[in-house]
Amino acid sequence: MFGKLTWDAIPLHEPIPLLAAAVVVLVLAGLLMLATVKGWWPALWGDWITSVDHKRIGVMYVLLALVMLVRGFIDALMMRSQLALAAGDARGYLPPQHYDQVFSAHGTIMIFFVGMTFMVGLMNFAVPLQIGARDVAFPVLNSVSFWLTAAGVLLVNVSLVVGEFARTGWLAYPPLSELAYSPGVGVDYYLWSLQISGVGTLLSGINLTTTILKMRTPGMGYGRMPIFTWTALASNLLIIAAFPILTATLGMLLLDRYLGFHFFTNEAGGNAMMYVNLIWAWGHPEVYILILPAFGIFSEVIATFSGKPLFGYRSMATATMAICMLSFMVWLHHFFTMGAGADVNGFFGVMTSIIAVPTGVKVFNWLFTMYGGTLRFETPMLWAIGFLVTFVVGGATGVMLAIPPADFQLHNSLFLVAHFHNVIIGGVVFGAFAGYTFWFPKAFGFRLHDGLGKAVFWCWLVGFWLAFAPLYALGLAGATRRMQHYPETQWQPLMIVAFVGALVVLAGIVLTAVQLVVSVRARERLRDASGDPWDGRTLEWATPSPPPPWNFPQLPQVHGLDAFWDAKRCNGGALVPAPGEGGRPLEMPKPSALGVVVAFFAFVGGFALVWHIWWLALIGLGGVIAAGLTRAWQTEHEFEVTLAEIEGARG
Amino acid sequence: MNVPAATVVTEIEIPISERGPSPRKVIIGYGFWLFLLSDIIVFSALFAAYAVLSGRTAGGPGGAQLFHRQTVLAETVCLLLSSFSCAMMSLAIELRRRGWMVAGALATFLLGAAFPVLELGEFGAMIARGAGPDRSAFLSAFFALVGMHGLHVSIGLAWLVSMVAQVFTLGWRPMVMGRLACFSLFWHALDIVWIGVFTIVYLGAR
Repeated sequence: MFGKLTWDAIPLHEPIPLLAAAVVVLVLAGLLMLATVKGWWPALWGDWITSVDHKRIGVMYVLLALVMLVRGFIDALMMRSQLALAAGDARGYLPPQHYDQVFSAHGTIMIFFVGMTFMVGLMNFAVPLQIGARDVAFPVLNSVSFWLTAAGVLLVNVSLVVGEFARTGWLAYPPLSELAYSPGVGVDYYLWSLQISGVGTLLSGINLTTTILKMRTPGMGYGRMPIFTWTALASNLLIIAAFPILTATLGMLLLDRYLGFHFFTNEAGGNAMMYVNLIWAWGHPEVYILILPAFGIFSEVIATFSGKPLFGYRSMATATMAICMLSFMVWLHHFFTMGAGADVNGFFGVMTSIIAVPTGVKVFNWLFTMYGGTLRFETPMLWAIGFLVTFVVGGATGVMLAIPPADFQLHNSLFLVAHFHNVIIGGVVFGAFAGYTFWFPKAFGFRLHDGLGKAVFWCWLVGFWLAFAPLYALGLAGATRRMQHYPETQWQPLMIVAFVGALVVLAGIVLTAVQLVVSVRARERLRDASGDPWDGRTLEWATPSPPPPWNFPQLPQVHGLDAFWDAKRCNGGALVPAPGEGGRPLEMPKPSALGVVVAFFAFVGGFALVWHIWWLALIGLGGVIAAGLTRAWQTEHEFEVTLAEIEGARG
Repeated sequence: MNVPAATVVTEIEIPISERGPSPRKVIIGYGFWLFLLSDIIVFSALFAAYAVLSGRTAGGPGGAQLFHRQTVLAETVCLLLSSFSCAMMSLAIELRRRGWMVAGALATFLLGAAFPVLELGEFGAMIARGAGPDRSAFLSAFFALVGMHGLHVSIGLAWLVSMVAQVFTLGWRPMVMGRLACFSLFWHALDIVWIGVFTIVYLGAR
């Protein structure tokens, strides 16, 4: 009846996950109670859950990412504290099988549900505004994408309470992840949650690419797109080209585990290294899917707070597209030690080093944008400068790892762990926080508290270096990644420093929450009435804060780069409407429950497949199909916004 | 239609990339093309896996012993003819001829349905003689690649039935027309994938 699911799935004998789960369940129950008592449900359902407005969907993505950042960071704290303790004869407090789940969950959550979710959220929010569009190309599909991501998140979190998570690392290499060596449900949770959220990401990539290529306002040619839009285009093209590989690869592993196929098994001719090749053919572009939008955010932030147009706009766009192409030609550097031979390793080593060239172009462009500018050290600008300093070090250690003979020493060491945290925290996380602070006033009509924002930045910058500089040294000394315990007591002091660094980052995360609460309370004082709090350059700052659901009552005519900056210099800040715009009511898409319903059934189906409850899986599949068919027969997808309403919103 | 000469000149002078948002029909078609490209990448990953594993028979039967060229030829003919009738259906849709559209859809459905039926027969016979996907890595890759294509054809058949029902209940409204155009793209894309399967898997069998 319930497949493999029995009462034994609840880890009653393991206090840590049980306690964590109890806290999560209590917090969730508390929030649901609060919403019920306060009567928020109609507004939550109508304005958020069923919303197809790209701005609200973007906000929900970012909120989801921030929540998952806490979850992923708790895993990080557990690892760092375990390693600060478990030297010599001491064994720490995490048993190995639990420690393995913790680092697997940490990587999976941080990449898929924090990095990806945060960046997709910021792109969703800002890109249509930047190109002068009223929404994305497929607004309802956008809601489906978001809720599928949320379903994947839910599945990962359920694994905390019911069953277990994968113990295989964040990429679940076979043969370890095959049924023979991982007979539990952990790998299945991993696979199904990534399959469900991966579909959401792919649909989101198609949606944003179509939006950027087909929905720009009149006059906005490719040479006039804001640079964040360029990087979003590159990132979403990579999603379309890379995520199908992930879906196919994880699908093959699922066939191995569920139907006895032999793609990656040790028996019957399976080839485990093929998995490693395929997963990195997705995985390396994935790194650039994350970092390119961050580069775009830094470009916008640095130009805005230097009061200058971006230096080398064309070279920046070219470098972005060059990275987009090159990112598909370097995947093998993740496993030089596979033994592909000197020629193959040499090729991929050289290709990897070549990526440093367009990246270097970008770094110099940012420096030259600041040079001679009128710099304002607002919080987003601090993140950008912190990024420049930190990321360059991460890039340099990346070039070291790109040299195959050096990689044979550094492979799977803490040096590698320090390197990729150096670029992902210093690049993606700093970029995410810069974008969050930069666009927050646009989304809500008031700024985030400034002093607390700066405190968050300093905590992250100092905490990052304290936590990861020791790992570079430890890695060179021979410490490997994914170890739960080490006999060398001379490593312990540096491990303790790294733990202290993690605590400083923890302070930054706590202050982020404090900043949000303080800012909401002081929102009248922090109010941005102008819609342009930072003296911005691109079209999103020409709208009121928050923008009306239709963004632009009349689509603007664009004549050059930095369209809003031009309008402020030549036209008192007013955009010139495109010919034929205005004087008509607008057609806007209606809210739709399709996304949340489809995601609900996808979650049910995913959970059922994890536990081999076949009848429930059929219900999940049937629910998805029924929801799609119901939608197919609905005919009234849009509602009219009258001229009076448009004028009313303009105030 | 009389267009003033001045308008024509400006239309030419504005580069395509600066002419503003595309019509809804173009946006839908473009989005679906991107989806098809992503779907073809899923297939390319399966093709790559097949290429790597095709020699790994683990002492079991190879393709030359298992495949029947006649069955595969019949499958191919059915699928290609169904693409032709699908194109005929598109013409009928252009002309808003419901009767011809149904005739085209029926022909497409019958020819298309013959394909998975033949394929399931082929799969069944292979499994019956002990050459199922769990026999060797080669057969795993074979069943995954060919089965994935067959799954797509089956989904396409269900989609076709629902589109005929939509034409009858909702009429020729733009929403339905857009979906019909997407279906047609999908069906032809499956042909392209099949030509790859036919060449690499069946003609290349060892």
